[in-house]
Amino acid sequence: MAVISDQTARGAKPRDRAGGRTRARAVGLPLLLNAVSVGLGIAVWWALALAGLKLPTPPEVVTQAITLIGNGTLGKDVLASLTRVLIGFALGTAAAVPVGFLMGWYAVVRGLVEPWIQFFRTVPPLAIIPLAIVLMGIGEAPKIFVIFLAAFLACVISTFQGVVNVDRTLINAARVLGAKDAGIFARVVVPASTPFILVGMRVGLGSAWATLVAAELIAAQQGLGFRMQNAQLYYDLPTIFVGLISIGILGLLMDRILLVAERKLTGWQERR
Amino acid sequence: MTAKITVQSVTKTFALGKDTFTALDQVSLDIADNEFITVVGPSGCGKSTLMNILAGLEEPTAGRALVDGVPVSGPGPERGVIFQQYALFPWLTVRKNVEFGLKTAGVGKAERRERAQHFIDLVGLGDFADALPKMLSGGMRQRCAIARAYAVNPSILLMDEPFGALDALTRVKLQEQLLDTWSQEQRTVLFITHDVDEAVFLANRVIVMAARPGRIYDVVEVDLPYPRSEDFRLSPEFADLRNRVWHSVYHQDGRTAAPVAARP
Repeated sequence: MAVISDQTARGAKPRDRAGGRTRARAVGLPLLLNAVSVGLGIAVWWALALAGLKLPTPPEVVTQAITLIGNGTLGKDVLASLTRVLIGFALGTAAAVPVGFLMGWYAVVRGLVEPWIQFFRTVPPLAIIPLAIVLMGIGEAPKIFVIFLAAFLACVISTFQGVVNVDRTLINAARVLGAKDAGIFARVVVPASTPFILVGMRVGLGSAWATLVAAELIAAQQGLGFRMQNAQLYYDLPTIFVGLISIGILGLLMDRILLVAERKLTGWQERR
Repeated sequence: MTAKITVQSVTKTFALGKDTFTALDQVSLDIADNEFITVVGPSGCGKSTLMNILAGLEEPTAGRALVDGVPVSGPGPERGVIFQQYALFPWLTVRKNVEFGLKTAGVGKAERRERAQHFIDLVGLGDFADALPKMLSGGMRQRCAIARAYAVNPSILLMDEPFGALDALTRVKLQEQLLDTWSQEQRTVLFITHDVDEAVFLANRVIVMAARPGRIYDVVEVDLPYPRSEDFRLSPEFADLRNRVWHSVYHQDGRTAAPVAARP
């Protein structure tokens, strides 16, 4: 069959076709550059610390990290912060996906919900904190609530866009194949908007982390944000550094996990 | 004999700002069972609108369309549609795409698989049943779409410039393959194209449309036997008909053809 030949030419991505060696080199070089970049960054930091800026040196931070890990503080803080972020993020996403779908699918829902979403989108979640404290006290509720709000707002817009952007032709194709509204929704709209939802989740996760530290300023007893805030009182720079680096690494790890999920779930997309 | 498809004085207008645009003006047409009709015409002549009305994706402003004597109201599984942009579900494999309509119809898993396989083989995609659309070339995608439309066993196939986006060589191959498929699985076909050669090569009858307002301008009978192949494409009869259709498409005056009856 003659058409098969152009499949190899067009279909398979160059990355898939590349042999093991080229592929290893293509992946290896950026990784090497990344490592060099990180090394240089640490060297500059170290130099600045030695040059008399009021920075802790890398060994001081490592020592402090070991101490904090050893006495269990870091573990507890990480656990507390992660719990808040994950609960807030999970609730936010769980609420955003159905709301976004309803907004995209029913003009009535869109008309009713959109003004509120647009309004709260312009208010930074951090600005809600005073209100949240007054209404919800100083327990876990207000902290999780602002994280929830941050994740929800980021994800809902993106889901809504995804539904609105579903190709009309695909919907028509499903209709002429006999699908009714419910079937079109479940079998066309949901899969077609998955890429948008996943982008929304990644943005939402970013917002959730960004909100965490500020949320933990609300009378927290533990958590990375609380620990840093506390360290600030005692001029404990190494602890602040440990906190910052931990937040960065955890955020990066969670984003990578979502990225892998995205690759798995939306591998059918034609990427340019 | 009742016609398979009847179009009765169908008019379709669209609002264009303050003006109205007449996409179809009093179009009447009868198509017999198992006829292969091609519709050719300049852009804006309403040929896609006509197809959408028959597919049940658009409603006529006036007049009506009937299939088997029953007015069209919405899409139905007896009318398969093949779109120019393929419209394959990109997250489904070839097999799952072909099974889509069967699943909608509640066909059981084993039968679904068997019927899908039959049509996948028929269009020559057997080796690609588990490939995603992104792995396929344009021609293969359209063959998958054809298999998908065939799988729900429609008595009518509505094809909207299905080969319009393909290169000339692939087009010719797919035209021959479509006729091949059609001769094995006879259906009533309404095939829209802007390619005169394609229109003549495939059809029993070529309907030529004119624009502003969209109307039927001419009907050319292609009274030549199937199967058709390269010999037919290079024959003097083909050339004559092609010239006639060409002239009808590219040198249009203000006339309108009489309502088109189904061939006896």
